[in-house]
Amino acid sequence: MQRFGELLDSLVFQPARNEKLRLIVHYLKTAPDPDRGYALAALTGALDLPNAKPAVLRALGAAQTDEVLFALSYDYVGDLAEALALVWRGHEAGPAPTLSEVVTGLEGAAVKDVSDLITRWLNRMDATGRWALLKLITGELRVGVSARLAKTALAQFGAVALDEIEQLWHGREPPYADLFLWLTKQAARPHPLNLAFRPFMLAHPLEESEIALLPAADFRAEWKWDGIRVQLVAENGQGRIYSRGGEEISKAFPDILAAMNFSAVLDGELLVVEKPAAGNELAEVASFNKLQQRLNRKTVTPKMLEQNPAHVRLYDLLDDNGEDLRPFPFDERRARLEAWLEAHPNPRFDLSPLIPFQDWDELAAIRARARSEAIEGLMLKRGDSLYTGGRVKGPWYKWKRDPLTIDAVVMYAQRGHGKRSSFYSDYTFGCWRDGENGPELVPVGKAYSGFTDAELKQLDKWVRDHTKNRFGPVREVEIGLVMEVAFDAVQRSNRHKSGVAMRFPRIKRLRWDKPAAEADRLETLQAMIVD
Amino acid sequence: MPNIPPERWLKSTEAGLYCEPGRFHIDPSAPVEHAVITHGHADHARAGHGHVLATPETAAIMAVRYGNDHAARIQTAKYGAPIQVGDVTVTLLPAGHILGSAQVVMEYGGMRAIVSGDFKRRRDPTCAAFAPMQCDLFVSEATFGLPVFRHPADTHEIARLLESMALYPERAHLVGVYALGKCQRLMCLLRESGYQQPIYLHGALRALTGLYVSLGVEVGPIASIEGMPPDALKGALVLCPPAALADRWTRRLPDPVRAMASGWMQVRARARQQGAELPLILSDHADWDELLQTVEDVQAGEVWVTHGREEALVHALLKRSVKARALHIAGRDEDEGEA
Repeated sequence: MQRFGELLDSLVFQPARNEKLRLIVHYLKTAPDPDRGYALAALTGALDLPNAKPAVLRALGAAQTDEVLFALSYDYVGDLAEALALVWRGHEAGPAPTLSEVVTGLEGAAVKDVSDLITRWLNRMDATGRWALLKLITGELRVGVSARLAKTALAQFGAVALDEIEQLWHGREPPYADLFLWLTKQAARPHPLNLAFRPFMLAHPLEESEIALLPAADFRAEWKWDGIRVQLVAENGQGRIYSRGGEEISKAFPDILAAMNFSAVLDGELLVVEKPAAGNELAEVASFNKLQQRLNRKTVTPKMLEQNPAHVRLYDLLDDNGEDLRPFPFDERRARLEAWLEAHPNPRFDLSPLIPFQDWDELAAIRARARSEAIEGLMLKRGDSLYTGGRVKGPWYKWKRDPLTIDAVVMYAQRGHGKRSSFYSDYTFGCWRDGENGPELVPVGKAYSGFTDAELKQLDKWVRDHTKNRFGPVREVEIGLVMEVAFDAVQRSNRHKSGVAMRFPRIKRLRWDKPAAEADRLETLQAMIVD
Repeated sequence: MPNIPPERWLKSTEAGLYCEPGRFHIDPSAPVEHAVITHGHADHARAGHGHVLATPETAAIMAVRYGNDHAARIQTAKYGAPIQVGDVTVTLLPAGHILGSAQVVMEYGGMRAIVSGDFKRRRDPTCAAFAPMQCDLFVSEATFGLPVFRHPADTHEIARLLESMALYPERAHLVGVYALGKCQRLMCLLRESGYQQPIYLHGALRALTGLYVSLGVEVGPIASIEGMPPDALKGALVLCPPAALADRWTRRLPDPVRAMASGWMQVRARARQQGAELPLILSDHADWDELLQTVEDVQAGEVWVTHGREEALVHALLKRSVKARALHIAGRDEDEGEA
């Protein structure tokens, strides 16, 4: 537990992703079994401990000091686990618990014994160990490590590809003895469990200059739909829905899950629709905003299911009734997919249509005409491409629609983190609107990418030379610098003062030449909203 | 003559705590006729007073910061040497906070009141240790007046810094330190744990460090990064004021690990706010246990709490049946300066 505490403590303060990786890999290499398996479970969010209620912890805190002092402490620290770890006075001789002892101890404990159990452990650890234990118990680590990053560390630790981990991950329980035996070369690679995730095949972005070199006849084109990529795995009446990184998201989409009464593995785009598919008609896709309301939910209300019904637009068939189709070329899989859907009709599913084209010019024209917000661009897939996990260059390309752009005025700048901590690298920008006293700027978004290192230096200097006000780490700058901002879409938003929210804004060009007064107005941005 | 309780002669005014029978302010926040200064930190020692009474070290620090003519008249008093100021006998006692820091002992009307100034109880190689003295009224600071603050041993924190330097030999280590006190103490602690390499100092730290050295504090070899190629600074230890931690100045250093030495580093959210990758809990103030212990040591019948989180300490003292109240001094609330 103590070593796990030290790991969490270093992760909290380490801003750089690669350094975080290095810390986790080092821990996995040096920590014993089964502790490291439980640590991995904690980092991936797979550890489901019977949580001690905050009230239990507050009572423990009050018993260490008194109610008033603990309340003042909690108020100051702002984090229950840390406040309790710091005020803890109790001490008793004896070894600190290992991570495994904590996990198995909590799982086996009766509710009435939990408080005593925690007390004994806390008495035997230092403040860092106590903090880590309480973080585990309260269920939120918040050390800036995603499940994907933890799995990447596991892959590095075992010198295997991340895909392999993702493929084997699902359905396995902490402390993952079989995975560790395999990764430490003490046992053969375990078999994927039933309903396992298959690593997605991903596409490379297409450089416009490359396109002339590709033989058009070898490629199939389809729309790149703007939802979230999912894999549907179903077998014998059981089903799972996986997102890109192999995370299971079935719980958020019971409407899709209920429709998965087949034995197959499908690749598709999860969308929210206005109208389900009927006959050969495609379902009518709703705005991405509506899909967002369905994401990251542990429970879904009937009202939500009715207002924002989910739908999957199918791209590919990876497995049909136990037959692995991934080693077959795309054209064959496509024919099988079409036949499969005909045999399993369901208004929740439709087929992402192929777009016929003769040459690249024709396809470019089709792409330029596409106005629907549901379309992010085009996918190009070689007819002979096998389904291989990961992002291999050559068989599949994505040809995104040109982004939307506006000219906006920089209003605030904030310092970055890690290597960028001495640079003002995050910019809030605004557009003009009519205020009570004439034209005024209203912030419409924030961007921190899209510029070169040399431009970052220029921007940093400009911010420092044109600062009007400072608010902690934020500087308000003079009105004077215009940026051309590229973004994928813009939506209505109640949470923003401007009433709009941009998707993935990034800086396309610095317009040192353009007078701020000539930057775009808010109405221009509002006109780009497609409901 | 009956004893005169301190609340009748020690008053909180707009400029700060005022001793009426001595006609002097303690650490006033605005220019006054007569000031007694506990120590040289900027929120306590200001320029422009008529008459200043302080320890010789504090007077020297003020001279470095504000020039020799920062007050019309400067009087120094050694620790333990009583001085008559008006009708009050004033004695300065070591507070253990920084070099020259003092508690102000006031004897008047048969009563003894002590204003602690900022203080700590841990050993500090750069200054004299806090000297507890029995008194009727103790005016205590409460910078770290919450039970969450219990400072670890200095040696533990220095070891963490040295471990990190061993772990990242190709990077520089940049430690944010307050210019007066923390900077020199950190250097001394490093020397005590065997670190012998030159320590690189940001320009803003040099004047006061020079003063410490001239007053007999051994800090070992120091150097400047001026003109050094970044490669030569791999593995170097560089100290700078906290405000310079994320400044353009740091771009000259090879991929620096940013550390910060302060008592505030105890709380992770605070440390992250400062952008510290390596928070070192090194405090020049008493922690919670030491605040309570000090009240016990001086056996004061009454305690006024100021300068920090008064509420918790007052609450804890009242529970211990010590007469206590918060004393709000202008300009001192939520002061999170040099800690």
